[in-house]
Amino acid sequence: MLSRRIIPCLDVRDGKVVKGVRFRDHVVMGEIVELALRYRDEGADELVFYDITASPEGRSVDRGWVERVARVIDIPFCVAGGIRSVEEARAVLHAGADKISVNSPALERPELIDELAAAFGVQCVVVGIDSMRDADGEWRVRQYTGDPSKTRSLSRGTLEWMIEAQRRGAGEIVLNCMDSDGVRKGYDLEQLTAAREVCSVPLIASGGAGAMEHFRDAFTQAGVDGALAASVFHSGAMAIPELKGYLQQQGVVVRLQEMAANE
Amino acid sequence: MSVVLVDAGGTNIGSVRYALQRLGVDASLTADASQIRSADKVILPGVGAASPGMARLRELQLVDVIRSLTQPVLGVCLGMQLLCTHSEESDTDCLGVIPADVSRFREAPGFCVPHMGWNRLSSAAKHPLLKNLEEGDWAYFVHSYAVPIGNYTLASTDYGSGFSSIIASGNFHGMQFHPERSASVGAKLLKNFLEL
Repeated sequence: MLSRRIIPCLDVRDGKVVKGVRFRDHVVMGEIVELALRYRDEGADELVFYDITASPEGRSVDRGWVERVARVIDIPFCVAGGIRSVEEARAVLHAGADKISVNSPALERPELIDELAAAFGVQCVVVGIDSMRDADGEWRVRQYTGDPSKTRSLSRGTLEWMIEAQRRGAGEIVLNCMDSDGVRKGYDLEQLTAAREVCSVPLIASGGAGAMEHFRDAFTQAGVDGALAASVFHSGAMAIPELKGYLQQQGVVVRLQEMAANE
Repeated sequence: MSVVLVDAGGTNIGSVRYALQRLGVDASLTADASQIRSADKVILPGVGAASPGMARLRELQLVDVIRSLTQPVLGVCLGMQLLCTHSEESDTDCLGVIPADVSRFREAPGFCVPHMGWNRLSSAAKHPLLKNLEEGDWAYFVHSYAVPIGNYTLASTDYGSGFSSIIASGNFHGMQFHPERSASVGAKLLKNFLEL
């Protein structure tokens, strides 16, 4: 039985892990490799690194730290941040990342998803979607969310974009519900449930985790494959072994035995 | 001990190499036939699709080289599928050193394709490659095509139905998951391969 994945997300800025609230006011949380190792030891199933300023600054991700992480980490990790071409993706994958995630550049040029899937297979290609509910009640995508002064609202509907991304070759979707991000009130179950309906590839929930029940609900109510969280882990408010123990008690299939082996 | 990684363009080569380094083995990356033939152990990594994977091996003139190897060989993920007879992916004839046919996962409610994430290994045979493997050990998978269960199956995994997660035929071995990304279980299995 496939387990549900717990995925700490590390936002990277200038070579450090940072965290903001609602994508603003970033504070430094620690060194990349140090945090990556800590989460690996605690039983994280996967790590995601977002070079949050790469896309707004129009540059690709810094490969130096990707290689440093790949040398020490023996769980999968995904890298996101301003990857605009097959060549840039290849460099990140060759540096040791298992997957690459594209967000703003895929909105600029949706064919990028087709090209990446053709070059590396859909299993390497994650499409990240930043979504907000507009005043008319519709969920629509946002672009360049790493820098609030550059964030743009698009007319594209979130679910419509999710369907197109899969058709073009997305092997996994990370849906970041911006309305709930960083405020720890729970994942946006309504939006995730709607997304699950149209998402036939693995779906990862992002934005809003604050309590262990939030993870349970995302898995059992919205049916997501993985749950991504940042501040709740970085701050030490929640420990992954306890979270996984709780989820197992609640009937969610999680990978537990590795953690015991590492202690 | 000399270990070579066949440079067939797979994107996980770096990760496999680092995983071997963590076990104290410095593997060289090569597409050179004589270096591959003389190695103690040969690993065929691979992420991508079957057809370009085979095209790359043909281009490097490594098809017959790999087929004729007698030392322990390990294919990882796509590398394992390339060791099989045929893949449904773009109707591709593969190396044919493990008598298995690779087919696509059927999508079903609750079973997304690709099969992506941590799943359990269940031993199906006794083999030194499985030394210290415990029933239900977790491994990390990312794939859309799989090898059915057959007499080459050393371990199986359940995803809707069972499929082969570790296979072997003679000196050729394959792991469908990514041992280089399967934490201490993966390290244990790679170590077992190095000790064959």
